[in-house]
Amino acid sequence: MKILGLIIVVLVGAVLEYATIDFPPLGDPASPASTHVSPRYIEKSIEETAVPNVVTSVLADYRGFDTMFETTVIFSAGVACFLLLRVPPSRRPQRASERQYRHRLTGLTFRIKGGAEVSLPLHEFERVDSIWTPYDFIIEKVCRYLIPFIQLFGLYVIAHGHHSPGGGFQGGVILGASIILLSVSHNLRIALKRMGERTSALFSPVGVFIYAGTGALCLILGYNFLDYQALAALLPGGPIMARSHGIFIVEVGVGMAVMGTMVWIFKNLASLGRYDEGL
Amino acid sequence: MEDILRQIIEKDNYWIYITLMMVGLYAIIAKNNLVKKIVGMNIFQTAVILFYVSIGVKKGATIPIIEHVHDTAHTAIHAVDYINPLPHVLMLTAIVVSVATLGVALAIAITVYRRYQTLEEDEILKQIREP
Repeated sequence: MKILGLIIVVLVGAVLEYATIDFPPLGDPASPASTHVSPRYIEKSIEETAVPNVVTSVLADYRGFDTMFETTVIFSAGVACFLLLRVPPSRRPQRASERQYRHRLTGLTFRIKGGAEVSLPLHEFERVDSIWTPYDFIIEKVCRYLIPFIQLFGLYVIAHGHHSPGGGFQGGVILGASIILLSVSHNLRIALKRMGERTSALFSPVGVFIYAGTGALCLILGYNFLDYQALAALLPGGPIMARSHGIFIVEVGVGMAVMGTMVWIFKNLASLGRYDEGL
Repeated sequence: MEDILRQIIEKDNYWIYITLMMVGLYAIIAKNNLVKKIVGMNIFQTAVILFYVSIGVKKGATIPIIEHVHDTAHTAIHAVDYINPLPHVLMLTAIVVSVATLGVALAIAITVYRRYQTLEEDEILKQIREP
């Protein structure tokens, strides 16, 4: 298999390399990719959508359909992970393995075997994962102070996508990463308390719904699907500013979908669908 | 000889993406472990992303955010001054989608492991053939 694979790889590589003879050199302004439709986007973006960041205006307006279905793909990936991994609470092993608790003040760790019910004063004890991770003061505190700023930056990236590099996808990933950082630096249960399974699972369809709903709203108002010009009837600023606002609404939807799905996939993968112990 | 060398130097972006892509393809074909195959798939995706981004480059151009002063929208904008935004748009979505598909691939690997207690391809095939 290895030799066969090597032969295939070398052959395919040689064919691809042969094809590059016809490709334009790097950085050629007259290359086919840069000559047909992209100059129009660059020259007309401000005039038609009032968005200086051409990537954002192409993403959400000129190629809005593409992005809508990319968002749907992300949502479906989240659902697929959920369906593959999630263990329903009724079918989970009834606390067969052992649990560990740590006394907050002394740092002593208790191990409870065989699913025995014990009554502990919960404010004095905290549960720790069975793959025991020592309490690390620096990591916990640094992450606790860092996460709000990461989330603020994520919101900025979503909201400022019109004028600087950014937008729904990037901001959504940053927001999702902040929750994942919380889970990695503390444990999965604390992250679940902040953003539960239901919240993350709701975020992704709601994001897709905001995107598709904006398109449908344009349709109801008598324009084409995702033609944000229609929103001028509801928002101030005329038809061109309405495009800009429409792009922002859609970006918020994308951000929600991406954030929810990232967190959702992470929780399912990290805890093997049990939502009990994980990273 | 000199001609070939010039070709290589002029089109080094294509050489890099083809090398990376073939590394990924080899991992997908030849590796026995499912997680290594998934890593190969991700290398393959990264190669495609690099290829697209390198297509968008224009010599002497800047990022596709148009310089603008408020209320003076009608200054001349030349497409040569800004790099091609289209590959960036496509890859922006492709990166996030590749992360999502990576999640699905890992989830499938976990379900395979739950059922067969191994991630090695030959051992899984052996278990399927002799129940």
